[in-house]
Amino acid sequence: MRLTTLTLGLAFGLLASTSAFAVDTTRLAPKDEKFSFEGPFGTYDRGSLQRGYQVYKEVCAACHAVNHLAFHHLAEPGGPEFTEAQVRALAAAAKLPAEPNDKGETTDDKGTPLMRSATVADHLPAPFPNENAARANNGGALPPDLSMIVKAREGGPQYVYSILTGFHMKTPDGFKVTDGKYFNPYFEGWNISMPPPLAANSVTYSDGTKATVEQEAHDVVTFLAWASEPKMEERKQLGFGVMVFLIGLAGILFAAYRKIWKDKH
Amino acid sequence: MSGPSTYTPKSGIERWLDARLPLPRLMHDTMQTFPTPRNLNIWYTFGGILAFCLAVQIITGVVLAMHYVANAGMAFDSVENIMRDVNYGWLMRYVHANGASMFFLAVYIHMFRGLYYGSYKAPRELIWIIGVLIYLLMMATAFFGYVLPWGQMSFWGATVITNLFSAIPVVGTHIATWLWGDFAVGDATLNRFFSLHYLLPFIIAAVVGLHIWALHVPGNNNPLGIDVKSPQDTVPFHPYYTVKDAFYLVCFVILFALFVFYAPNFFGNPDNYQQANPLVTPPDIVPEWYLLPFYAMLRSIPNKLLGVIVMGGAIVTLVFIPWLDTSRVRSCRFRPLMKQFFWAFAVACVLLGFCGSQSVDAARFGIPLVWVARVASIYYYAFFWLIMPIVGLIETPKKLPASIAQSVLGDAAATPAE
Repeated sequence: MRLTTLTLGLAFGLLASTSAFAVDTTRLAPKDEKFSFEGPFGTYDRGSLQRGYQVYKEVCAACHAVNHLAFHHLAEPGGPEFTEAQVRALAAAAKLPAEPNDKGETTDDKGTPLMRSATVADHLPAPFPNENAARANNGGALPPDLSMIVKAREGGPQYVYSILTGFHMKTPDGFKVTDGKYFNPYFEGWNISMPPPLAANSVTYSDGTKATVEQEAHDVVTFLAWASEPKMEERKQLGFGVMVFLIGLAGILFAAYRKIWKDKH
Repeated sequence: MSGPSTYTPKSGIERWLDARLPLPRLMHDTMQTFPTPRNLNIWYTFGGILAFCLAVQIITGVVLAMHYVANAGMAFDSVENIMRDVNYGWLMRYVHANGASMFFLAVYIHMFRGLYYGSYKAPRELIWIIGVLIYLLMMATAFFGYVLPWGQMSFWGATVITNLFSAIPVVGTHIATWLWGDFAVGDATLNRFFSLHYLLPFIIAAVVGLHIWALHVPGNNNPLGIDVKSPQDTVPFHPYYTVKDAFYLVCFVILFALFVFYAPNFFGNPDNYQQANPLVTPPDIVPEWYLLPFYAMLRSIPNKLLGVIVMGGAIVTLVFIPWLDTSRVRSCRFRPLMKQFFWAFAVACVLLGFCGSQSVDAARFGIPLVWVARVASIYYYAFFWLIMPIVGLIETPKKLPASIAQSVLGDAAATPAE
């Protein structure tokens, strides 16, 4: 009897300590974070969008591209709505590989690639020239493009927010983080290749907002939600007009229907 | 389209045209004076709604095709370009994408209505069979269309579905290769799917023409399932059904607009906002909701070839319904036994759809869903091949009303005054 207990105890101990399969690593349900753009009348918080762009640019952009965003989008209505001058300055500060010059060269005498300033028509430059370069710089993992990350993940903005704020939690007993990975229970399998991206004061907000991890995450998720769905405000506005029109039309048609059918049924 | 015409040309131009190409006569007879049973209910408005859906899909589709690039390297980006930089491109795409779901929602209601009221029975067998053909064309068109954005689910859905052909013995793999134009789903596949996606809607439009033509020969069935006997039983199509159809169409468009403007990705899959990647298989490959019942049938059978046969057979079965139903009474209103089997069939279809949406090894209340799908699949087949013929023979239908007019207006009013 004692032997059996001992054996069982040993077996459980072994299972718990050596095998990650003993723990159910299904991702946790995302946190219930509220965003201004939810609901039929929700709009993007302009300040949050601008701060979120700052977080993206100063933190995320080191590894993640937003290939579908062009500089001019940043000035369009319904987005961060930077002024045209601000967007021109942002574009001018970004460097892109130049087109071949008059001699057909794309590098200078020393073999350094020629660069040019971006224009507002250019898309935001990607941190890596290709997938292999991205993987080589990130321990074999590929940082996904963030243009549509909020639409491309089950759970949407809450999911992305939970990932960003889901680091530094106590690792449950029996779960061992894979070497080179980080523990994040909001990520399927709990092992994520991304190191904790945000810390308090990762950025300094010019509007005086306190840069906590939660604030930074909230802002960058707002920005990425806009990047996923840049026409959301236009869509909801038009939708409201369409609904009012359709309900009015339905009312008129119902009256006509009742009048015409009055003595027929 | 048939029957004696009541059209009399009123002006010189109309007389001239009537002697050469009697289009005004056609319009007058089919859309104005066409005698229509006076008792058609809300479920009969879905024919008109479906015509509207087809028109919306064609119009938005033609506009989208002006901006879309059918190339494996560029398709995904071109769709995003439509969403971001084309004026009202987001509206066109969301109307088109949700339009497909609304189209199927309407067609399923239309088909269940036909089943319930026995609209497939003589003399309307061909209307039903042409309808099944439209449904089949719709599924093909929707499948091709879903591949075009070239997201993860587009690519893997196309891979799964085209691979079904490889289950055919001996020639299967050759057929799959021929369909792909390559040895896997790729650029060649995308190009031909785009071509076919643009072609099929016009074929659907033509077949819809036949469907309506075939409808105008015997005229509409009705919820009572009895024939029109006197002019008292009918009203002219215009204004009675134009106004009724218009009202219910607008109600339907309100639902449509709710999805387009407030939940445009409700029917979509998040994975399809990731570009197709042949090296990464999504954990669950799920087709669009309207194909889920058939997908559930396919997955519930361990043998691939048998699964494909059962899935295809489920659609082919529909063609034989006019002859499988042995009842002399059309409408389920007067068929107490069949009515119960009908609703059980509707439940089986919804259950199949649910099973198809879950992962293969899922279970509910301790019951593996694959077994739920098996039982529901068996019921699907049994409903058509056993229940329909047998119940028609053993059931005692309720007493049918003497006429449509009597049923609607009561005995006194239905007696002809003159």
